[in-house]
Amino acid sequence: MSLNLFVKCKECGAIIERKKFIENKYVCNICGDYEVLDFKKRLSMILDKDTFEETNAHANFYNPIDFPGYLEKHESIVNKTDLDEAIITGRGFICGYKVMIGIMDIRYMMGSMGVIVGEKVTRLFEDAQDDKIPVVMFIASGGARMQEGIFSLMQMAKTAAAVSKFSKEGGLYISVLTNPTTGGVSASFAFLGDIILAEPRALIGFAGKRVIEQTIKEKLPTNFQTSEFLFEHGFIDLIVERNNLKETIGEILKIHN
Amino acid sequence: MEKIIVEEIGINYAWNKVLLARKITRFRSLSIINSIFDSFIQLHGDRRMGDDKSIVAGIGLLHNQAVTIIGQQKGNNPDEMEYHQYGMTKPEGYRKSLRLMRQAEKFRRPIICFIDTPGAFPGISAEENGQAEAIARNLYEMANFTVPIISIIIGEGGSGGALALGVANKVIMLENAIYSVVSPEGCASILCKDSKKAPDIAGNLKITATDLKNNGIVDEIISEVGEAEEIFTRIKQSIEKELLRCSQLNGEELRTERIEKYRRVGNEIVFFNVKEDN
Repeated sequence: MSLNLFVKCKECGAIIERKKFIENKYVCNICGDYEVLDFKKRLSMILDKDTFEETNAHANFYNPIDFPGYLEKHESIVNKTDLDEAIITGRGFICGYKVMIGIMDIRYMMGSMGVIVGEKVTRLFEDAQDDKIPVVMFIASGGARMQEGIFSLMQMAKTAAAVSKFSKEGGLYISVLTNPTTGGVSASFAFLGDIILAEPRALIGFAGKRVIEQTIKEKLPTNFQTSEFLFEHGFIDLIVERNNLKETIGEILKIHN
Repeated sequence: MEKIIVEEIGINYAWNKVLLARKITRFRSLSIINSIFDSFIQLHGDRRMGDDKSIVAGIGLLHNQAVTIIGQQKGNNPDEMEYHQYGMTKPEGYRKSLRLMRQAEKFRRPIICFIDTPGAFPGISAEENGQAEAIARNLYEMANFTVPIISIIIGEGGSGGALALGVANKVIMLENAIYSVVSPEGCASILCKDSKKAPDIAGNLKITATDLKNNGIVDEIISEVGEAEEIFTRIKQSIEKELLRCSQLNGEELRTERIEKYRRVGNEIVFFNVKEDN
């Protein structure tokens, strides 16, 4: 069996034809599990072909509190992946509409937000404000980046202020919550979208499940902190299947055009 | 407990601060508020679902200046601590704070926040009621107010749960307070898989008032030398001084100053489009 022809679902273990799996947007056709996407897969799924122009692509590694082991962690990810930070930003077109797009990638330190991520997000909103185009943000993040200490916490305030400035000028911000959206990222720009979409069955919340269990000393409900749970409680506008995501975003852009 | 603190002194400066900031006998927001304001009327409820007991908030006077006051309250014994949820704020607490801050904006009153929390409340109802959205909304709205905001970290400044009252024109910290993105225990259990390494990691996280002042995150440190009343007097003087400074600025200047304060953190990052070897 060639590894190239088949893939194994990470959730149910089913062996699926790779071609089918890709056609199905990396969703298992047996159990319906959503594979977490890297930025390239997400880009190709969402943007019109060959329209992406990256902004603020690279910056030198930044270790504001000289946290031990941080550089080594960074280097090991740089060597293993095509990433040097947890978000990719740029301009592109979705269904013919020009947008600023941000795509977080959990392969870099769980998509956590440090100074560089905060700065890229902030500049993305500033660029969108200058160009008078909407922002579409794909969230995938465990939260603030501990290794940057208080500097990462300040990025929550900085990005929230950036959204607020952009919003005051009438800008449209569509936030798409994907698996996972938690901690300091959920508690800043992720939940500040004019329209908040989510992929099905994503983990979305503020506090970690283990912390909650330890605090309340009881088992958590089964659908706790899922897209469906948040939707049920009124915090998400729409849960959209990956197959319909581009079309839905395109339609929202059309209504705002 | 006292013994541990004594042993830690001189061994680990940062961890010692953590223990001092969390000490159950430490002064609380209400004591400070009652001591320094000439009047204080507590106001309750978020007008949506409840009244969070970790937040004491209301309106008062400092000499003849009307102010809106918001504080995270803990307590000095186990019963009080439980009543105030150990200072862990729920979404209804952040929304109560926001409601009163909007009122402050309407009536042109400065906002004074006292921060003392291990972090936002971790619980089922807090997640059901949108803890993340509540914190995010406070950050978003606090950036925009055109009245002065002063935030004073009096004990524990625990992550997003503290920042949700901490987007201010001036951030002041007491000498033995801490302010951190993650608790040393949390960081140790994630990075070292051992929460007992917390005392070692506390120093690495740079969470003491001195660290934060050196890093430009905190504007002023208030000394804790002397009795509580002396410390409260210093807090009062700092607030007075800052209100006087802010009175020279108009609303738009106050708003811009506050947004710029946070915009600066990381502004120096230089981006390039081709990957360099570093």
